[in-house]
Amino acid sequence: MSTTSSAAGVAQQQPASAGRGKGGRTKVARSERARDEARLGWLLAGPAFVVMLAVTVYPILQAIYDSLFSYRLTAPDDKAFNAGHNYVVVLSDPLFWQALGVTTFITVVTVVIELVLGFALALVMHRAVKSLRGVLRTAILVPYGIITVVSAFAWFYAFDINSGFVNHWFAWLPGIDENLNWFAHQGTSLFVIIASEVWKTTPFISLLLLAGLAQVPTELEEAAQVDGATWWQRLRRVLIPNMKAAIMVAVLFRALDAFRIFDNVFIMTNGANNTDVLSLLAYRTSIGRLEIGLGSAISVLLFLCVIGICFAAIKLFKVDLAGARGES
Amino acid sequence: MRRRTRGLAIAAGFALVLPLAACATDSGSTVLTWYTNPDAGGQDEIAQRCTEAADGAYRIETSVLPRDAASQREQLARRLAAQDSSIDLMSLDPPFIPELAEPGFLAPIPDDVADEVTQDVVQGAIDGSTWKDRLVAIPFWANTQLLWYRKSVAKEAGLDPEKEPVTWEQVIDAARDQDKYLGVQGAKAESLTVWINALVESAGGHVLQNPEAPADELELGLESDAGKAAAEIIGTIGKDGLGGPGLPTADENASMSLFQGDRGSFMVNWPFVWSASNAAVEEGTLDKAVVDDIGWAIYPQVDEGTDARPPYGGISLGVGAYSSHVEESFEAARCIVKPENQAYYFATNGNPPASTKAYEDPEVRKAFPMADVIRESLEKAAPRPQTPYYNEVSIGLQETWHPPASVDPETTPQDSTDYITAVLRGEALL
Repeated sequence: MSTTSSAAGVAQQQPASAGRGKGGRTKVARSERARDEARLGWLLAGPAFVVMLAVTVYPILQAIYDSLFSYRLTAPDDKAFNAGHNYVVVLSDPLFWQALGVTTFITVVTVVIELVLGFALALVMHRAVKSLRGVLRTAILVPYGIITVVSAFAWFYAFDINSGFVNHWFAWLPGIDENLNWFAHQGTSLFVIIASEVWKTTPFISLLLLAGLAQVPTELEEAAQVDGATWWQRLRRVLIPNMKAAIMVAVLFRALDAFRIFDNVFIMTNGANNTDVLSLLAYRTSIGRLEIGLGSAISVLLFLCVIGICFAAIKLFKVDLAGARGES
Repeated sequence: MRRRTRGLAIAAGFALVLPLAACATDSGSTVLTWYTNPDAGGQDEIAQRCTEAADGAYRIETSVLPRDAASQREQLARRLAAQDSSIDLMSLDPPFIPELAEPGFLAPIPDDVADEVTQDVVQGAIDGSTWKDRLVAIPFWANTQLLWYRKSVAKEAGLDPEKEPVTWEQVIDAARDQDKYLGVQGAKAESLTVWINALVESAGGHVLQNPEAPADELELGLESDAGKAAAEIIGTIGKDGLGGPGLPTADENASMSLFQGDRGSFMVNWPFVWSASNAAVEEGTLDKAVVDDIGWAIYPQVDEGTDARPPYGGISLGVGAYSSHVEESFEAARCIVKPENQAYYFATNGNPPASTKAYEDPEVRKAFPMADVIRESLEKAAPRPQTPYYNEVSIGLQETWHPPASVDPETTPQDSTDYITAVLRGEALL
């Protein structure tokens, strides 16, 4: 789901950046053929564009509209316009800021760990003997193929004090004993949540990085090797600079994905011990409490945060999405 | 090519229409959809029995709701708010009934039906199905918690809960002295609210003083001796580790496992534990000696000599206000709650009847030797606060009384009152 919407984001970016690139040049009258091609392009892409507007823009506008009302689903007659009071309530509530903090913490930690692990896995896959390559890629991809709720339950049952085996297996480690209730404290709960998130989505990052690795021309590496560069030097001076775009795209996509974390927290702690995340707070308010107005306000703020992350990544880190696709 | 396309179109058309045609031939009788909470298949069986009894007047089909009560409420509330006409009958958890009754999501019960379905029914079940002095749902089965104890542990502590009601203090002391665990539900979930409410009610107080008031006028009764007594009990069990290391995540099933284990002593829990324990013995996963050691009694008292007010639960039947078959749905509901169906449900699924008559059924008495204690407990039981804002109150309690070890009689009742009041006034998030 997340990957699809992110991919759609890429598609949207293309025409805009291409248009800007041409803006500087003198306008040349387009030929009949170019106009026809453009028209055909619109005809082909148009329906998808309209469907995308219907399924993404409409709900967003509806949420923005709803967020301006005091509206509870089980009291439909009491719906009243309250002119942004919902935003005041949300932004002045410590619970919101705490959830934002936990969400950011999970995002940063998982992205950093996954980037390192994913890069290592990508290198292994890249360098693997040809006969092993297929098996290796499939094996690494397995966690990513598992539905998030299923993996969340698997991790929950593994660590749960009643049904779990982790305490028995790792009792020899300091700090772990049979009576450790992982889901009764903030630190240990977050540890399991982050571990399951890393386990599940590292393959995604490693695949993106593998695509980046494959794009680095082998001649560059070979030349460096002939010049006597060590493995570490080749990695730092040749490989990484040449796959910067792929790395930044991996970080951006994964950060967006991690920021919307829901399933793991919902299954494992349901927000207990201060492990609330923003999407869980939005869910609990709009679906649990049926407070559509207040819940929509949280959803809109969550949406703004996601937009903010996109903007920061593209502007500050100069992510060239076209470059990542090998089009530059 | 064109011919092939036309052929495909015709085939697709048939594929679309055929199932509808099948419906049409079968729709001689009205189909009623009954949204049930998950059970061991008992409601399905009752639906079949009532379909047969209806003799073609209607057919009841069941559709299962999510597992926990809060998710069941969410789904029903969402669909009713969207005026879903497919909801004919629904199994409702009592605390959520006012929320659905207040906006008119439940079809009004005709007086003659109301008179009939409240005959020989325990008072707790009638109270739980009533909102603003009107019966808005039909009592089906009524649940209550008992005190389950290991006879060996009680004997060692010099207690005989069967003859003499015990207090929380005695239970706590017995567990502490013998280095045993107490089976209580400390997870941040509805079960925690059930525990808090039972303790406050047993101590003579109420979580809500005026449950029928609008949201911003609701008054909490936690800042009282009763609220403090409840906090004292929960806090002590939490801080002293008497609920075991799993207490902050313990639900009803976890409590049962703890109670069946080597360090089990006392437990407050619903009657399902009896059928579950016996089933475990049959499966070979539990020693029969454990079941032989299990005793049962009325819920523990907070103040010695004052009767406890055990938790009240169960299921009532609601009829959807937007159903196209309201009349038939009430007919079906009258059939479903017949005492013989309730007795069948108790004997096979372990869910106690709301009808007092059903307790006389020989099958019930065979399967549940504690049937009389359950009926007595139901007469004493106190429902959770009945307000359309129950969800806010319940989650507010869970936020402030969890984990149990953090509960302090000096601060928790006040923090809880301040927080829930702010939430109800729309000034705080939950």
